[in-house]
Amino acid sequence: MSFPLLTATAAVPAIGAIVTAAVPAARRTAAKWLALFFSLATLVLAIVIGVRFAPGGERYQLTESHAWIADFGVRYELGVDGIGVALIGLTALLIPFVILAGWHDADPEETGSKRWRPTQGFFALILMVEAMVILSFEATDVFLFYILFEAMLIPMYFLIGGFGDRAHAGSDEKAATQRSYAAVKFLLYNLAGGLIMLAAVIGLYVVAGNFSLQEIAAARASGELEMATNTERLLFLGFFFAFAVKAPLWPLHTWLPNAMGEATAPVAVLITAVVDKVGTFAMLRFCLQLFPEASKWATPVILVLALISIVYGALLAVGQRDIKRLVAYASISHFGFIIMGIFAMTSQGQSGATLYMINHGISTAALMLVAGFLISRRGSRLIADYGGVQKVAPVLAGTFLVGSLATLSLPGLAPFVSEFLVLVGTFTRYPVVGIIATFGIVLAALYTLVLYQRTMTGPVKVEVARMPDLRVRELVVVAPLIALLIFLGVYPKPVTELVNPAVGHTLSDVQKKDPKPEVEAAK
Amino acid sequence: MSASAVHSLWTTAAPIEKIDAPTIEYAQLLPTLIVIGAAVVGIGVEAFVGRKARYYVQMFVTVVALVAAFAAVIGLAAGGHASTEAQIVAMGAIAVDGPALFLQGTILLTGLVAVFTFAERRLDPQAHGNQVDSFTAQAASVPGSDGEKAAIKAGFTTTEVFPLALFAIGGMLVFPAANDLLTLFIALEVFSLPLYLLCALARRKRLMSQESAVKYFLLGAFSSAFLLFGIALVYGYAGTVSYAGIADVVDGTVQNIDPALADTMGNDALLLVGGAMLLMGLLFKVGAVPFHMWTPDVYQGAPTPVTGFMAAATKVAAFGALLRLLYVVLPGLRWDWRPVMWGVAIVTMLLGAIVAITQTDIKRLLAYSSIAHAGFILAGVIAATPDGISSVLFYLGAYSFVTVGAFAVVTLVRDAGGEATHLSKWAGLGRRSPLVAAVFAVFLLAFAGIPLTSGFSGKFAVFKAAAEGGAGALVVIGVISSAIAAFFYIRVIVLMFFSEPKPEGPTVAVPSPLTMTAIGVGVAVTLVLGVAPQYFLDLAGQAGVFVR
Repeated sequence: MSFPLLTATAAVPAIGAIVTAAVPAARRTAAKWLALFFSLATLVLAIVIGVRFAPGGERYQLTESHAWIADFGVRYELGVDGIGVALIGLTALLIPFVILAGWHDADPEETGSKRWRPTQGFFALILMVEAMVILSFEATDVFLFYILFEAMLIPMYFLIGGFGDRAHAGSDEKAATQRSYAAVKFLLYNLAGGLIMLAAVIGLYVVAGNFSLQEIAAARASGELEMATNTERLLFLGFFFAFAVKAPLWPLHTWLPNAMGEATAPVAVLITAVVDKVGTFAMLRFCLQLFPEASKWATPVILVLALISIVYGALLAVGQRDIKRLVAYASISHFGFIIMGIFAMTSQGQSGATLYMINHGISTAALMLVAGFLISRRGSRLIADYGGVQKVAPVLAGTFLVGSLATLSLPGLAPFVSEFLVLVGTFTRYPVVGIIATFGIVLAALYTLVLYQRTMTGPVKVEVARMPDLRVRELVVVAPLIALLIFLGVYPKPVTELVNPAVGHTLSDVQKKDPKPEVEAAK
Repeated sequence: MSASAVHSLWTTAAPIEKIDAPTIEYAQLLPTLIVIGAAVVGIGVEAFVGRKARYYVQMFVTVVALVAAFAAVIGLAAGGHASTEAQIVAMGAIAVDGPALFLQGTILLTGLVAVFTFAERRLDPQAHGNQVDSFTAQAASVPGSDGEKAAIKAGFTTTEVFPLALFAIGGMLVFPAANDLLTLFIALEVFSLPLYLLCALARRKRLMSQESAVKYFLLGAFSSAFLLFGIALVYGYAGTVSYAGIADVVDGTVQNIDPALADTMGNDALLLVGGAMLLMGLLFKVGAVPFHMWTPDVYQGAPTPVTGFMAAATKVAAFGALLRLLYVVLPGLRWDWRPVMWGVAIVTMLLGAIVAITQTDIKRLLAYSSIAHAGFILAGVIAATPDGISSVLFYLGAYSFVTVGAFAVVTLVRDAGGEATHLSKWAGLGRRSPLVAAVFAVFLLAFAGIPLTSGFSGKFAVFKAAAEGGAGALVVIGVISSAIAAFFYIRVIVLMFFSEPKPEGPTVAVPSPLTMTAIGVGVAVTLVLGVAPQYFLDLAGQAGVFVR
């Protein structure tokens, strides 16, 4: 038996979580370094996965399969395709930055609580989330995936509710109330989605008799496993509902601004850049593969919802007064693009969507983390409290600008490539949808540039006059992310090469071919 | 007229028939016999052992009896009585088969763990230099009277709780194994009466405790009457009280009609009304809507260790009896009972989950949560497939340990007035006592059915069985109720971890190893059944065949 690389990649952060949690109360700093060490070790393993994975080879590679709960037809089955590898890479890449950025977020003096070892808990929870997210990208057993999909809510919930942003107008008590409200809203939305999915998971078992993604997909493709049209549609809806809550898609998105607003900036990155990706990833992997016919049936409605997300998210972002909520609404708009790309059912659309997941992760992380540094300096999340920061802290302002430009998909930065692919992919099949979606880009320019203008330019406000520039730790966080944004903007080939074969497989599952380039069709 | 002449007016001398002594398979009844025997010994201990030593002797007798009975259950199961050797013993009164042994094992283990919480003496502050437990010093004294004060001062303790618990456990062991309706009824009374008493024995808030006992007793008596009436009607219909005999008549395979019952036998009206009344009696015990009214009051008023015991073990026993009744006696009638049980399951799940949201007392909250769980288990019962049986068995095993553990945690959180059960007092518990709060959070997550806990495995098992049994709609309602229920479990977690502690908040008492064991077992079972449930699913699967 070969080395269980996939299990190890998830096990390392899980072990890290336990080790970190066990560090004695007085050795706080040791806990931080341990957490960073384990997250870097995970990154190394993720890179090994990337190296070992052959993009042109078998669809699922590095597979592992062990008996688990035979009574439920459940096996511990892992395997990655190109999309999985890319997202594991993203997760493993971002977590060290999240940990570094949140270095002081859970210090007892910072959180103001006399709680039991908050620092250890904070970093242990982050690593626990990482372990579950990575394993969910690897799971090829529907039940295993479901378990992780639900279980990761619990550490996330404690991260949001237990370590909120103190930079808040009003009293500590009010902040605590809003924070627990956000945490509960996050959990209830996602749990409700998950439980609806549970009904569909059980239904799938009744229909298929096991949970193996590969077996079910193969049986579906060969026609061995027939599903009645209505059954398939209901099951699809059950799965899709859960993923749409997580992704989040309008109108199931309302938990995201609360959660991202109240959580600390690193946790907000964890939510939107890492955990939410499980939702869009699962649409690609489970919805399209298991229920191809129903996916095609639902496409028009989903595209409309995605369009609404794009435009509505962007419009609300324009109107936000709170920096973090602005980024949250921008993310909703971006998730609309991702979902549109997935359901356009073209190779450009889906490659673009996968690339979008990566790029959105990196760009949001860059923007949000710099915003977090900014907020921690001033102690306020309101845009109106800032002004002229670029004169006081030019490096901070510069990195903030790059993050903003990435968010509006400036050519030359990574998100441009993916947004362009998604739009092209959508346009070839659904021209009208593609055209409407481009308005989202225009609005993105509006909200990011207005944000930059109001906070960074203009006369220097008294409160920000003594604001220090980025520290070394903060630079270490931001610089690599910006480098990556530029690198992938100029040379996205490594990721696209990884992703394209997997997208081809998915498209063949739904038996869709790219529309032929016809001049007439575009008229 | 002579006395014999008068007598002869209405009697005739019947030829004396030879009465055969019944054959009793003592070996196969060993678990029950040990427990009941130990209970009798316990009464002797009350009478003859000195007051100081009583507690220790009773503890010893009870624990040894429960362990020995559990060993006997294991022995019977190892001897194949759960599968190939399953048979009906004691002249057709008791079935020794897979479900019976599985449930007896579960009841004995939960009983053992619950007895540990009964015996806990470190939580309450010492009264006049004596360590005291959760039970009143002298049950017969009027609350607040001089007699009570004198009893407390003298250091009296109600060690009767141990034999009472043993009697209750003895009845519970018979209840799911009963193979005729009269045995069922007697078992019901044997375990109910001690429970009524136990409910009345709280050391603090005695009036509330007594009120709960009275309510439980009155409603329980009412439901027993229904059950008995149902038995009478079914007897009228079938001419027998034995499960197999009734089932045969229901199936229409028996045609020899008892001349005394010629008018009524085979009358479906009797069967339907009688069957409905039997179900009412059992649904009362499982706490299903609309027979749930007693649950919150009794759970709140009873001493918390008793509540935990009752919530766990009664449910196991009652669901066992319900399963046997529906699967052995009335399978021929399933087209009649399934729609009714559908309705009961739906309202039970929804009402339990919805009403729990408004609760402000942790014990009442757990009571409504237990109602919702009864609904989930009913979904498995309704499946009417072998998977239905095994999933219900598994669920009961998983649920009972979580319940005992959760109530054991409730006993730890105290303020000057005893246990601080009002939810507002639990605010900030996670900051004050992170370990206790974390353990309770694990139990709550299990109740909510979050993956990697036993609650999820159980819920998945019953919902899967229900879906396979054609009750897909029930599963959808089940997951919706789970989502509603999740709200209040999470509310408690929020309260514990994300609220600021109140300055006058409760303290967490450090328990003795007894309660720690109860809680530790609860956590261990919760996690093991959550992560690696296969062995226990196998066990429940093998145990899932009734003998008839």
